[in-house]
Amino acid sequence: MSRAKRGGVMGSAGLYLATGVAALFFLVPFYLLVRNALSTDPQITGEEWTFFPTDLQWGNITEPFRDPTVDFGRSMVNSLVVGVLHTLGTLLVCSLAGYGLARIPYRHANKVFYAVLVTLMVPAAVTFVPSFVLVSSLGWVDSYRGLIVPGLFSGFTCFLFRQYFLGFPRELDEAARVDGLGYWGAYWRVVVPNSLNFFAAIATITFINGWNSFLWPLVIGQDPSAWTVQVALSSYMTNQTVNYHLIFMATAISILPLLLVFLFLQRWLVQGIAQTGIKG
Amino acid sequence: MSTTTTKDVARPAGPGASPVRPRRGPRALLGSRTFNFWLFTGPFLIGLLVFVYIPIGWSVWLSFFEARFTVTPEKFTGFDNYRQILRNGNFTGALVTFTVFAAFIVPTTWAVSLGLALLVNRLRFLRAFFRSVFFLPTACSYVAASLIWKMSLFNGVRFGLANTVLGWFGVENIAWLADPDPPWYWLVIVTARLWLQSGFYMILFLAALQNIPQELYEAAAIDGAKRGWQTFRYITLPQLRATSTAVILLLLVAAYQAFDEFFNLLSRTTWGRPPLVELYYTALGQNQDYGAGSAGAVLLTLLICVVTLFQGKILGFGRGEESK
Repeated sequence: MSRAKRGGVMGSAGLYLATGVAALFFLVPFYLLVRNALSTDPQITGEEWTFFPTDLQWGNITEPFRDPTVDFGRSMVNSLVVGVLHTLGTLLVCSLAGYGLARIPYRHANKVFYAVLVTLMVPAAVTFVPSFVLVSSLGWVDSYRGLIVPGLFSGFTCFLFRQYFLGFPRELDEAARVDGLGYWGAYWRVVVPNSLNFFAAIATITFINGWNSFLWPLVIGQDPSAWTVQVALSSYMTNQTVNYHLIFMATAISILPLLLVFLFLQRWLVQGIAQTGIKG
Repeated sequence: MSTTTTKDVARPAGPGASPVRPRRGPRALLGSRTFNFWLFTGPFLIGLLVFVYIPIGWSVWLSFFEARFTVTPEKFTGFDNYRQILRNGNFTGALVTFTVFAAFIVPTTWAVSLGLALLVNRLRFLRAFFRSVFFLPTACSYVAASLIWKMSLFNGVRFGLANTVLGWFGVENIAWLADPDPPWYWLVIVTARLWLQSGFYMILFLAALQNIPQELYEAAAIDGAKRGWQTFRYITLPQLRATSTAVILLLLVAAYQAFDEFFNLLSRTTWGRPPLVELYYTALGQNQDYGAGSAGAVLLTLLICVVTLFQGKILGFGRGEESK
């Protein structure tokens, strides 16, 4: 008995040691980010490694916004607008379609569903050349429309909503329809209010993916005024002069909105990932 | 007051509307299934047609034309674009390199995320804390991670963290990204990708681990199975089959679509270019060769489809169901 117990203590000590070491490795990049963002350049590039600057440079926070070479503030605003509208639009369009496919009986519904499924086989990133061609012929380069609209029609998100609505309790929306709301009214007054958890989960993941996406904004944002924050960060890396503290502060600021999402919405996020397993 | 609508739902022809032509009245139309189906799915389907189907079709069409600096070409060239891009060593090289890359990064990420999930799943205290630590990198973009890796962690000069630590042991500075020989840049790319992806897939595995019925372990203990390797090999791993299949599929597709970190970590270099970066430079670079770029996109899509189906065959999509 005591031997087994001792084994348990040793085992859990080993367990916590292994987990702790792994956690340290995962935290190193965050440490570098914070350290460099709050240091001066001589401290970063100095001969000796300073573990953490003793005189934290809080003034660095405003520097990316005052940088004349890259309009960082503008790129943050762009990312915010694009991220929010992309999320709202995707939720609206894909949830409606998912509900239609799952719950409105129609002769050809299966054929339509297959037409959606086929698009899952073609990864979105691979079609960026033809999509760019199309969007530029619409004259949408360097515009919010060009950044947002082509990404709204995600076959995968539609598929997830369909799967979710297949499991939605039939009694609820049928009762609402019988009460005279019709499909449309039942959807908005009964189905959506009773599915907010799922909507929140999909919204969180969609927002993160939208905020972090790079290839499409890079292709569409030809003019710096249309850059999202990811494109702006990328441009720092190819600039002639490198201001270490500035670009690390900019990176930290760019991650901040998502850290807030993580802190406050982690429940939905974890639930959403567990239910759906999507990313990018 | 609600009787008419009730019957509308039950039968298309409500008593209030004309019984001969039930679909004429606006009321009957709003209740009709066909109308509602298109009302709900229409916006999505139009968008899908315009922004997914048309680009794919256009791309296939362009790939058979000489299309430089133009997207409405007139000169049909048959398979010339395909021949050209396949003879272009860069693109085929990228395809080969990234098949090797996928063969390495996919099992590694799978193992790391499963390992993290097993660790976190056994914790009693601080479990939420450690889960958050491993999950947090998911909040970072590939661009942000590339920046941290390139400018600080694996900076090729003396003040990069990796070189600083190696310096304590008397190792010379290593030019991590600027020198393809020896190819240290793979270490940079693989660590960045592991850091970004593992936490996300760990969450998937954690959810799956918690779905394994506890009785299975109890039954195994009664049958004399040792805790540890035996239960892992004969209970946990088979129970995770469906999740593993899904994770590997997602990882494979992600590996072939790699772009962000390569573009940012290895800008201006000619080594370690993934297929998408090659396509980016072919189609949107100096030559604006949309024909060859489209041909490459078609080939890459086909390759991803083949790999996906092949993987589905090997690991078996259907077989995962029974263990659920």
